[in-house]
Amino acid sequence: MIARLRQELSRRPDLLLIADIIPSSVKMLDLGCGNGALLKLLRAEKSVQGIGVELEQSKILECAANGVPVIHGDLNEGLRDFSDISFDYIVLSQTIQAVKRPDHLLSEMVRVGSQVVISFINIGYWEARFQLAFGGRMPVTKTLPDQWFNTENIHLATIRDFRELCARREIRILRELPVAPASNFLAKLHPNLFASTCVFVITRD
Amino acid sequence: MAKGNIGIVAWQELSFGQTEEDALLLDCGRKFGPVTLRYETYGTLNALKNNAILILHALSGDAHVAGFHSEKDRKPGWWHEMVGPGQPFDTDKYFIVCSNIIGGCSGSTGPGSINPATGQSYNMDFPVITIADMVRAQKRLMEHLGIKRWLALGGGSMGGMQALEWAVSFPDCVAGVLAIATTSRLSPQGIAFNWVGREAIMSDPLWQNGDYDDPQPEKGLSIARMLGHITYLSDESMYRKFGRRLQASDKYTFDFSRDFAVESYLQYQGTQFVERFDANSYLYITRAMDYFDLSAKYGGDLAKAFTEVKAKFLVVSFSSDWLFPPYHSRDMVKALLQNRIDVTYCDVQSSYGHDAFLLEVETLGRLITDYLANLYAEVSK
Repeated sequence: MIARLRQELSRRPDLLLIADIIPSSVKMLDLGCGNGALLKLLRAEKSVQGIGVELEQSKILECAANGVPVIHGDLNEGLRDFSDISFDYIVLSQTIQAVKRPDHLLSEMVRVGSQVVISFINIGYWEARFQLAFGGRMPVTKTLPDQWFNTENIHLATIRDFRELCARREIRILRELPVAPASNFLAKLHPNLFASTCVFVITRD
Repeated sequence: MAKGNIGIVAWQELSFGQTEEDALLLDCGRKFGPVTLRYETYGTLNALKNNAILILHALSGDAHVAGFHSEKDRKPGWWHEMVGPGQPFDTDKYFIVCSNIIGGCSGSTGPGSINPATGQSYNMDFPVITIADMVRAQKRLMEHLGIKRWLALGGGSMGGMQALEWAVSFPDCVAGVLAIATTSRLSPQGIAFNWVGREAIMSDPLWQNGDYDDPQPEKGLSIARMLGHITYLSDESMYRKFGRRLQASDKYTFDFSRDFAVESYLQYQGTQFVERFDANSYLYITRAMDYFDLSAKYGGDLAKAFTEVKAKFLVVSFSSDWLFPPYHSRDMVKALLQNRIDVTYCDVQSSYGHDAFLLEVETLGRLITDYLANLYAEVSK
């Protein structure tokens, strides 16, 4: 069953990376958990005590079918249902760019979780830069398939932007794991240019 | 048997509390007995006795949750679409129990029952009961059925209140709770509507301080029901169902008889209700709801009320429910999370208002099916 669950997640390399980062038997909160696939995997594979937060009703029904506990909630309202350091790990995968105030959510996450694992789309990726610099238009890529006027990604940032926000909010970066569609070597050498997404592990300083 | 069709069912009765020691100690301080509980069961209790589910009914419900009482019976039980073979409460898998609450008028002991001490019906001598008292009586039924722990128990509205009370009062007896369109404490708005409903009954000249015979205070009770019914709908559902449509003609009558479809509907609901419900029971049950506040014993801190709870929760609210609004459910979820209790919460998008818990069969059905399946798999491990 675990192999099948991993296979389901394989089109999202950042999720597999996150699955590897989370240790066994921890208490984890997955924000924007979708159908609960990551939580289902981690509950089965690592006996993680996991719970999700999701906005869409249809996905909540899928979570219930997957046997994953989930709370119907809007991340734009913060994490007011959760008390301080009530989870070992908080996961937010490719969602921060879609919330109204990423900075507020970031502060909320480090308040509620001992460690936060966050992945996001890097708008500093060479392909996006190339399109903006030479095409003179907002980038449309594999990870950013929508147009500027209909995209849910309203707060795109580069890896460097994110590091700066963490510094300003007194958030410590524990790990930085760039994800690249092609060359991992280049992504490690210069993540802000060659990583299409990046996974960070952060904590309150 | 076809999916969903549970066929003909029969009710049963349990009596207890004939002696002083066996009587039910109520929240009001009175020892009360004898007590009869009328209940129905569906499906079979397995050898491990770990597949029992208790369904708890709302204000005007009863033990007859599914199936028919006879071939001639036209109306099935009140949650017919949810309980049966292959249904969310799957009678092929689970042993389903539903009992009438005490204080009611559908077979269990209530104000209309005969007081053995006087040979007359209790009427206003019936003790004021609480949700916890209803649950205490159900606990006796549980013992009688030889069940140690419910796989799950739950219901909508006042049924959900009982489910919450169960989880708090008897934490070892509950593995799962389905808290649907409910609250951990009735809001002042809810108390207000109950008050007006009771005032309508008690100011009916036929009420006679509760000592009515026949007819009962029908006008008062039907007004209470009409008022209640408005609170179960929503602005949007009323627009959809009735609009400003006139019932009989396309002109106003220029008098005060029923012009509008919504007026006819309410009157019909009121008239139907007095056929099957007892005015004194309405007083007692609404009072029990008024008094319900799980956090009261804990200085208003709901999280403290849940500290001993061992059950896993499914909490469901409905977006247009203004009688038991979604924020009540969210408060509950927050308090459960503070106690690290496993909870799933869904605020189902619906325009049906409070009544949605009876009408949103598909969405609610999916949630309950999967929730119970996972719970059952866990306890069977």
